[in-house]
Amino acid sequence: MSEQKSSEEPAAEEEPALVHGVPASLSRGQLVVHPGRDRYLAVVSALQSDGYQMCVDLCGVDYLTHPGRTLPPGVAPERFEVAVNLLSFSERARIRVRVQVPDADPTLASLFELYPGTEAQERETYDLFGIVFVGHPDLTRILLPDDWEGHPLRKDYGVGRIPVQFKGAPGAR
Amino acid sequence: MGLADLNHNFLTGQLEDVVKWARRNSVWPATFGLACCAIEMMASGAAHFDLARFGMEVFRASPRQADLMIVAGRVSQKMAPVLRQVYDQMMEPKWVISMGVCASSGGMFNNYAIVQGVDQIVPVDVYTPGCPPGPETLMHSILTLHEMIRTGEITRRRAETGAGAAILAERPVSVATPR
Amino acid sequence: MSKTVETSQELQMRSSQELQMRMDTTGVEALREPGSVLRIPALPEEVESQPTPHDTMIINMGPQHPSTHGVLRVMMELDGETVLRSKPVMGYLHTGMEKTAEELTYLQGPTNVTRMDYVSPLFMETVFALATEALLEVEVPPRATWIRMLMCELNRMSSQVLWLATNGMDLGAISMMIYGFRERESILAFFEKCSGLRMNHNYIRPGGVAADLPDGWRDDVLAILDAFPKRLDEYDTLLTGQPIWRERTQGIGIITAEECTALGITGPILRSTGVPWDLRRTMPYLFYDQMDFDIVVGRYGDTFDRYAIRLNEIRESIKIVRQVVEAMPPGDYRVQDKKVTPPPRARIDESMEALIHHFKIFTEGFKVPEGEVYIAVESPRGELGCYLASDGSAKPYRLHIRGPSFINLQCLPHMIRGGLLADAVAVISTVDPIMGEVDR
Repeated sequence: MSEQKSSEEPAAEEEPALVHGVPASLSRGQLVVHPGRDRYLAVVSALQSDGYQMCVDLCGVDYLTHPGRTLPPGVAPERFEVAVNLLSFSERARIRVRVQVPDADPTLASLFELYPGTEAQERETYDLFGIVFVGHPDLTRILLPDDWEGHPLRKDYGVGRIPVQFKGAPGAR
Repeated sequence: MGLADLNHNFLTGQLEDVVKWARRNSVWPATFGLACCAIEMMASGAAHFDLARFGMEVFRASPRQADLMIVAGRVSQKMAPVLRQVYDQMMEPKWVISMGVCASSGGMFNNYAIVQGVDQIVPVDVYTPGCPPGPETLMHSILTLHEMIRTGEITRRRAETGAGAAILAERPVSVATPR
Repeated sequence: MSKTVETSQELQMRSSQELQMRMDTTGVEALREPGSVLRIPALPEEVESQPTPHDTMIINMGPQHPSTHGVLRVMMELDGETVLRSKPVMGYLHTGMEKTAEELTYLQGPTNVTRMDYVSPLFMETVFALATEALLEVEVPPRATWIRMLMCELNRMSSQVLWLATNGMDLGAISMMIYGFRERESILAFFEKCSGLRMNHNYIRPGGVAADLPDGWRDDVLAILDAFPKRLDEYDTLLTGQPIWRERTQGIGIITAEECTALGITGPILRSTGVPWDLRRTMPYLFYDQMDFDIVVGRYGDTFDRYAIRLNEIRESIKIVRQVVEAMPPGDYRVQDKKVTPPPRARIDESMEALIHHFKIFTEGFKVPEGEVYIAVESPRGELGCYLASDGSAKPYRLHIRGPSFINLQCLPHMIRGGLLADAVAVISTVDPIMGEVDR
């Protein structure tokens, strides 16, 4: 099982084989599972039955400017990724699930039915990346105003830096 | 204020001094604590750095009862209309201290989400630098404000004095456009 | 699914973050509210029909309200004084910190993340530093780790004392606010001595800490620790037995362990339901496995339990800090890897290599190998996590902070439901959200 602090060399540990039928890998000593979009819900559901009772984190990543990242064989890289971190109290272990989400059709099944705590996190991922979660009860923007256009954390969205404005000093009162 | 109509003479001068003394010695701040600076503002109101000695320990939650709005913290795009609404609800005479660099100029966050200086929205009287400004700095800015109240004309409107920022209107170079 | 998936644009056009009147609320969302956290939403036909909108009132609390918990807006539907539905609306402090982090180097990173949870900034810096070191695969010297533990536990004390202060003020014990800030001042004075700043210190950096502890630090810390217990007993006497305090906190905001697990809630809220989950004990990091301290666990999952847990956590932190003071070893305060740590200033005059390293680290930053990692620590509010993905360059590719307050706010509608409006204030205070880490 994975350790939280990684200190072993990756060469000393064997790469795990399939976990619930999908490729898995080790990232700095942490176990990562890579299902496709179609098997995502089934794999997470199986992990929940395995004892991963809490979903601690769900976030999106936009790999537009880093398409050549290392992935296990059999996993086709897409533009977006959703990374889900699960926690098991009894085993005191964590596991990560990374799903590839294509740019042309940025939808993914929602984990709300399994873990109601992903409600706010999926809204945040939708807000900042534009990934639509199918089955989420209330997918609205959460951090930005309702009428905001665009999804700021995408790599093709500028930071929005403006040049420093030097202003006249207030007149004598 | 009806004092604008009176001819200035010795008696009205004394009256103005009394009014200014009363105004500056019991400025009531409205709580507009947003982020980290709010914690330092609360610390200045607490016992160690006491704001009560300046007559300011009552932080009024309702803007209708407040004279001073201390904008403490970074103002996001979503919060900006709320800020303006609270400012508009305050009654004249009112002052604004922008506390911290985020409120004064956007601070370290020069990005899509933060208003680059609260003086884009409300006219500011005193800018307080610091990230966050310690309670001593905040008190210095409050005393500067008191000094401004003491020496300033009480009947001149802000438009005449030009208090607050005179913004150079430049078209920003890149505002949230795709690269 | 027979229904076609809406595109992002269609969603945006029809959606709104605010609480809608019942007749405008979809069936699925309406079913979520009454304890349906664990219930799988059934078919929309089961929604009770014919709400009577003129009997209930939707009011808005915030975002500007007495500044104890920042800019949180809670919309509530009230029937008289009783809260039926509620919805927290966040985002009023969204600073785009995760986007900013992609523009800053790893050495500048702590300045950015430290302003997320501004009440316990050293935890944010710690988690960022631990994540970066996990990616770099460097080993930090022991003294640096002990210093980090010392600062984190002192920060935990100051954060919980701030919570006591603001919670007291929310429930009406205004003198508690003044006492709480008095305690904080002694700790902040020590932080100022170490790092130069009272808040947002940028002290814990990848590779170690920014500077060694100042001379005489032991005396300062022991002076703090000697003053605390008696004062904590005073606050205990002031609040715990007091009938008004008990009426306002016992039985208010009850949550169960299953609901916490389903919602992803950690920290004092989870421990108040009886689950003894504290990352310092269950998945130790730094040197917490060598420390002797207790995990404070509640029983009823109500507001009073959470107050008791936080008060006693200060006592446990005092124990830990005493042990750290005993055990602090001499040595380096940062890793001696020249590619990661800037050289000491004196060396720059003597050695060309040191000058070049200094230059490269401060302008370009050190490069971090490609990979991604998730590291979590136990902050005063719960599990604080950092998901860091690197593409081999000197700036993070993706930094995501799992803010415990963001997740914990999901239990707010559940806890407030059925209570009075005044209890809503108590519940918001007991959840202890810090909006900086909620909105980032």
